[in-house]
Amino acid sequence: MTAVTITPLGSYRNERPYPFCPGCGHGPILDALDRALALRGAPADRVVVVSDIGCSGLSDQYFATSAFHGLHGRSITYATGIKLADPTLEVVVIMGDGGTGIGGAHLINAARRNVGITVLVMNNLNFGMTGGQHSTTTPEGAITSTTPGGNLERPLDICGTAAVNGAALAYRCTSFDDDLGERIAEAMAHPGFAVLDVWELCSAYYVRSNRFSRKGMEQTMEELGLRRGYAARRDVREFSAAYREAAAADAAGPVRPGDIPRTHRSGLDGRRTVVLAGAAGGRVLSAARAAARAAIASGLYAAQRDDYPVTVKTGHSVASLVVDPHPIDDVSARPDVVALLAPEGAARAARDAARLGPGGLLVAVPGLDPPPHAGRTVVLDTDAAGMRLAKADLALAATAAIAALESLFPLEALRDAVAGGPKGAERMVEVVGAGEAMAAAAGG
Amino acid sequence: MPSYIDGSTAIVLGALDAGCDFFAGYPITPASPILMALMRDLPRSGGVAVQGEDEIASIGMCIGASLAGARAMTATSGPGISLYSENLGLAVMGEVPLVVIDVQRLGPATGGATTVAQGDVQFVRWGTSGGYPIIALAPSTIAECYTLTMRAFDLAERFRCPVFVLTDKDLNLTMGTADVGAFPPAEVRARAVEEAPDAMYRYEPSDETTPMVRYGTGRPVRFTGSTHDEHAFITKDPARVGALNRHLIDKIEEHRDEIEMVDADLQDGAATLVVSYGSTAAVMRTAVRRARAAGAPVSMATVHSLWPVPETALVEAMAGVERVVVAELNPGLYAREIERIAAGREVRRLTRIDGEMLAPEEFQEALA
Ligand SMILES: Cc1ncc(C[n+]2csc(CCOP(=O)(O)OP(=O)(O)O)c2C)c(N)n1
Ligand code: SF4
Repeated sequence: MTAVTITPLGSYRNERPYPFCPGCGHGPILDALDRALALRGAPADRVVVVSDIGCSGLSDQYFATSAFHGLHGRSITYATGIKLADPTLEVVVIMGDGGTGIGGAHLINAARRNVGITVLVMNNLNFGMTGGQHSTTTPEGAITSTTPGGNLERPLDICGTAAVNGAALAYRCTSFDDDLGERIAEAMAHPGFAVLDVWELCSAYYVRSNRFSRKGMEQTMEELGLRRGYAARRDVREFSAAYREAAAADAAGPVRPGDIPRTHRSGLDGRRTVVLAGAAGGRVLSAARAAARAAIASGLYAAQRDDYPVTVKTGHSVASLVVDPHPIDDVSARPDVVALLAPEGAARAARDAARLGPGGLLVAVPGLDPPPHAGRTVVLDTDAAGMRLAKADLALAATAAIAALESLFPLEALRDAVAGGPKGAERMVEVVGAGEAMAAAAGG
Repeated sequence: MPSYIDGSTAIVLGALDAGCDFFAGYPITPASPILMALMRDLPRSGGVAVQGEDEIASIGMCIGASLAGARAMTATSGPGISLYSENLGLAVMGEVPLVVIDVQRLGPATGGATTVAQGDVQFVRWGTSGGYPIIALAPSTIAECYTLTMRAFDLAERFRCPVFVLTDKDLNLTMGTADVGAFPPAEVRARAVEEAPDAMYRYEPSDETTPMVRYGTGRPVRFTGSTHDEHAFITKDPARVGALNRHLIDKIEEHRDEIEMVDADLQDGAATLVVSYGSTAAVMRTAVRRARAAGAPVSMATVHSLWPVPETALVEAMAGVERVVVAELNPGLYAREIERIAAGREVRRLTRIDGEMLAPEEFQEALA
C-alpha cells in the first residue's frame, strides 16, 4: 500500500475566535478569505488586510497577516496608498455595505483607477454595529430601525457601479457559496481593481426585522435583478504598474529653478514699487516677471505679488513688482509707480494711485483718465512707439518705459530677459524698444 | 546664484530634498501649485504622486503609503483641512509620519480663494477629535519654506505623527529673489525601524517614540485607529487605553525643546515685543526696523514652531517688556496663547480680517 500524504493548506487566521453573533455571515466570509489567502500562498507579512468600520471592521484582528484598521468608508483609500507605495504587497479590503455607502466616491474612483486591490463587501443590507439602520443597499420596502414603515430608497448596485466605471472584476455572490474562497483568490490574482459583493445575513437585525433567510436573500437578489455572477471580468492596465512604466519613460528628473546670472549693472539707490494694472490677456504678470529677471540680472533683488480673479481669463490682472538693491523681506511698501494699462486694472489700482506720493509716477495708456494723485503723470505716446502695439504688448512696453524713466535697470537686461523667453521673443525685444522710445518721448 | 521663485516652489524643493516619495492631494487655491509641481516631479524622481478624488482620499492614500515605507506629504487649504479632520486623528492615533501643508486662505467656508489669511492657526491644533498634541511649523520667508518643510519631514519621523507646515497665500504665491543653492537644509533622519519588534506600539516609557515596522518586511505589521494594545488589537482596558493616550501626549509634550523654534530679535530696553508668524511676520519685521530707525527699541519674535507653543523661547523674549503685540490675519487667535503665558503683561491684538495684508504703519498705530 502506498501512503498518501495530504498537506493541508496553511491558515492565515490567528487563534482568536470570531466575535460575531451566531448566524452572522461575517465569519463564513472570513473563512473563505482565509482559504483564498492559503491558495495564494503569499507570506503573511506581505498580505495587508485593510478593514473598514462596523462589525465587519473587526475582521482584521482574526488574521495573522499585516493589517490596517482605518476610518468608516475610507478603507479603499488606505489600500490604494499602500499598493501604490509598494505594489508587491497583496492588499485586501473588507468593508460593510455601510462603509461602501459613505465611501461611495472611493469605490467609483478605485474602479476607474484600477489600482490592484481586492475589496470584499460584507453586504448584510443594513448597519450591524450601530443597531440595524438602513444602508445604501437595503432593498426597497425593507424594515430597519430607521425605516420603520419600509425603505423607500432604491438599493445601490455595487457590482454594476464598479463595472460601469471600469473595474477589472466585479462579482456578486453570497456567504453561503462553497466556492467563495476560490472566487476571492481569483479576484486577488486578477490585475486591476476587483470587488466582490458578498450578500450575507445580519442575524441580529436584518434577519429579525424582515424574517429574512438564505432563501429570502436569493429571492430578493432575483427580484431586484441583482443576479449572482460576474458583472465585469476584463483585462485592464493595473494602475501602479502603468504609473511606474510611464515614469520610467520620463527620466528628466525634477525641475530645478533656473539660475539668473548677473550680466548687467543697475545704479538704483533704493526700493521702488511698481504696480502694473491691466486686464486678463494683457500679459501683465509675465511683463512683471521679465522685469524681475532683468532686475536680478542687474544685481538687484526683485519680488512680485500678483492679483487676479479666480477666473483668470477675465477681469483685472495686477502685478506689484518691487525692485531693491537690498534683500526684500516684505512687499507691503507704498507704490512709487502705478501703470494703468486697461480699465479693469485702473479700477482695481485706483487705491494704489491715490497713495502715490509727490515723487510718484503715474503712467497711463492713452484713453484712460488718470485719477487724481500727488505725483507726476505720463500718458504714454503710442505714436512714438515706432510700431503698432497690440493690447498684449502694452504691459511690456509700459514696463520698459518705466524702467527707462525711473532708471531701474538697463533696458538691455530686459531685452535679454524677454529674448530668453519661450515664445514671440523677437517681437518682445521690439516691444521693449517701443517702450524705450515712448520713455524718450516723455522726456525720460 | 539667484533665481526667481515663490514659496510653493521652495516647499516642493524642500520636500524633494527631504526624500518625499509619495504625495496625494486635491486641487485648491492657493495650494494647487504644490500638487502640480509634484505630479510633474515625483514620478521623475522615483516617487508617486496622485490627485485623489477628494481630500479624504488624498490624506488616506498618504497614510497608507507612509505605513508601506513612503515619506508622504499632502497639501491643501482650509476647506481641505476640514475634510482631513478625521484622518488627522487616525494619523495621530496610529502614529503615522506625515507632512501636511496648509496654505491658508480667507475663511470661513469657501471664503476668499485668492485672499491671504491666517485663520487656521487654532484649527490645525484642534482640528480633530480628542485634543491630542500636534506639531505645526510656520515659515515666514521663501527660504524658510524650504528649510521648515524639510524640518517637518524630520519631526514627522522623530515623533511618528502628522506635522503641519502652515503657510498662507502671500507666502506661497509671492515671487522673490532666492539663492536656492544657499537655502539652509535641515537634517532629515531616516525612519527608525525595528527588525524583530516585540510589539508594534509601546507606551512605556510614555514619552518614547516606538520605531516602526514597515509592511512586508518579514513580520506582520498591524495598524489601527481604535484604542489599541501594544499589538494593535482593540482594547477598552482602562490601564491600556490610559497608557496609550498618555503616550500620545507625552511623546510630544515632554520633548518640546526639540521642536521649539523662534527667531528672536530682541533689543535691550524694549517696552514692546512683537510676536508674529508667516507672511505677517515679514511685514512686522519692516515695521520694527522702521521703529528702531526712529529711535524706539522694539523686540520681535517670529514664531517658527506654532504648536506646541514655544513657551520657553517666548517667555524669555517677553522678559522686560511691558506689552506684547501679536500681529496676525485672523480675529486674534494666536494672541490667546500669548495671553496665557504673558504673566499679566498687556497683550494687544493687531489683526486684519478683510483679506488685506497688514501694513507696517498699522504697527505704529497699534502702539499709539
Ligand atoms: C464617520 C463615522 N460615522 C459614523 C460612524 C458610526 N458607525 C460605526 S459602524 C457603522 C455602520 C457599519 O455598518 P456596515 O458598514 O454595514 O458594517 P456592519 O456593522 O454591518 O458589519 C457606523 C455608521 C463611524 N464610526 N464613523
Ligand atoms: S450585529 Fe449583525 S453584522 Fe454585527 S455581528 Fe451581529 S449579526 Fe453580524
